[in-house]
Amino acid sequence: MAQKLDYLKETPSQTAGPYVHIGLSPGDAGFEIYSQELGRDIAGPNARGERIRVEGVVIDGTGAPIKDVLLEVWQANADGIHAHPEHPGKVEEGFRGWGRVITDFETGKWGFDTIKPGPVPGRHGIIQAPHINLWIVARGINLGLNTRVYFEDEEIANASDPVITTIEWEHRRQTLIAARSMRDGKPVYRFDIRIQGEDETVFFDI
Amino acid sequence: MKKPAEFYQRDRRWHPPAFARDYKTSVARSPQYAAISLENTISEITGPTFGHNDIDPIDNDLLSNFAQADQSPIGERIIVHGRVLDENARPVPNTLVEIWQANASGRYRHKKDTYLGALDPNFGGCGRTLTDTDGYYYFRTIKPGAYPWRNWVNDWRPAHIHVSVFGSGFAQRLITQLYFEGDPLIAKCPIVNTIPDPQAVEQLIAVLDMNATIPLDTIAYKFDIVLRGRRSTLFENRLEGN
Ligand SMILES: [Fe+3]
Repeated sequence: MAQKLDYLKETPSQTAGPYVHIGLSPGDAGFEIYSQELGRDIAGPNARGERIRVEGVVIDGTGAPIKDVLLEVWQANADGIHAHPEHPGKVEEGFRGWGRVITDFETGKWGFDTIKPGPVPGRHGIIQAPHINLWIVARGINLGLNTRVYFEDEEIANASDPVITTIEWEHRRQTLIAARSMRDGKPVYRFDIRIQGEDETVFFDI
Repeated sequence: MKKPAEFYQRDRRWHPPAFARDYKTSVARSPQYAAISLENTISEITGPTFGHNDIDPIDNDLLSNFAQADQSPIGERIIVHGRVLDENARPVPNTLVEIWQANASGRYRHKKDTYLGALDPNFGGCGRTLTDTDGYYYFRTIKPGAYPWRNWVNDWRPAHIHVSVFGSGFAQRLITQLYFEGDPLIAKCPIVNTIPDPQAVEQLIAVLDMNATIPLDTIAYKFDIVLRGRRSTLFENRLEGN
């Protein structure tokens, strides 16, 4: 018999279920309990860079919006730095780069306000185009889904982004590109997520 | 400063597949294409950090965090405790653990839950805490009740607590459910049975821990959580640009 490896196994995932809001966003479940709910302010008041809104719906395999999703956001600041001790550099006071948002129970719409991130260092010294990491959980999703939001107006950076160009099926790459428009003088990016079916969003095994 | 290191790849056969026919909601909510494998970049290796400014000390005590003064929720008083570790068996310190659950009658405090089990005026059903430097965490709560749900005509969820954990990188983000040793509903549950390997299911079953009970007060269950481990930084993995 060979020796034994003593690694542990990762705890297996289970669906977040329909009542994920109770735990992660109790105000949305319908009651106040914590003095502060987490993930409400992604960029903070001092962040440099363009103030933007990102919004959309999450669509299931039948074409209907899913109305019990929770999304988490993780992004760098305008200089491409994450608020994390292992990412060298400093972020602005109050910049967290993390947030959570739910889909509306009636319409399925979600949206968050933040700043547009800058380009981020990638592997082998290749720069990544500005992007926001998303993590999506809901009833019926057995393991959280990872995807990335890229920006329509970053055409040149997107064309050489090492993650986008990894996707063999070029026609699927556009599922990661948020469409930019202006509303009341503020840029809004539309990012609809299709869980299954035609134009299914690209999800990553990270 | 520690040099950023990649996480071990996730063993997807240990986790439930996206599509699980007997858990009906997953049918239209499962991607059909394979996920694109992505080697970790700084965007996945980093993740949010939390501190004691984010939460209050009472947040991990579900017996009192929603109860009126001098009252407490109905149900079996329990401690749920354990450690958050990584696959290298190292503790994960200062990480946020959040839980939510039904009350003793199987009812959730949620505007979308219409089950006829009664709401408990003294029970909110959520808690959160940070692990200490040894990765240790604990909650006080009541044992949740089983509840019926629409899947097949007559499905009942085993008593369970939903658990959310962060770790140090966004790639470790995990939500799971804790079950209780000895519950005959575990084996019958279509959500539990989305997990293909029976040994993996066992990892979700909290064990009665008499040593941690408080005499004449609270019974205890132990539940360790394992997050993805990191590669050793001894071997340069060519993660550059930082
Ligand atoms: Fe539940």
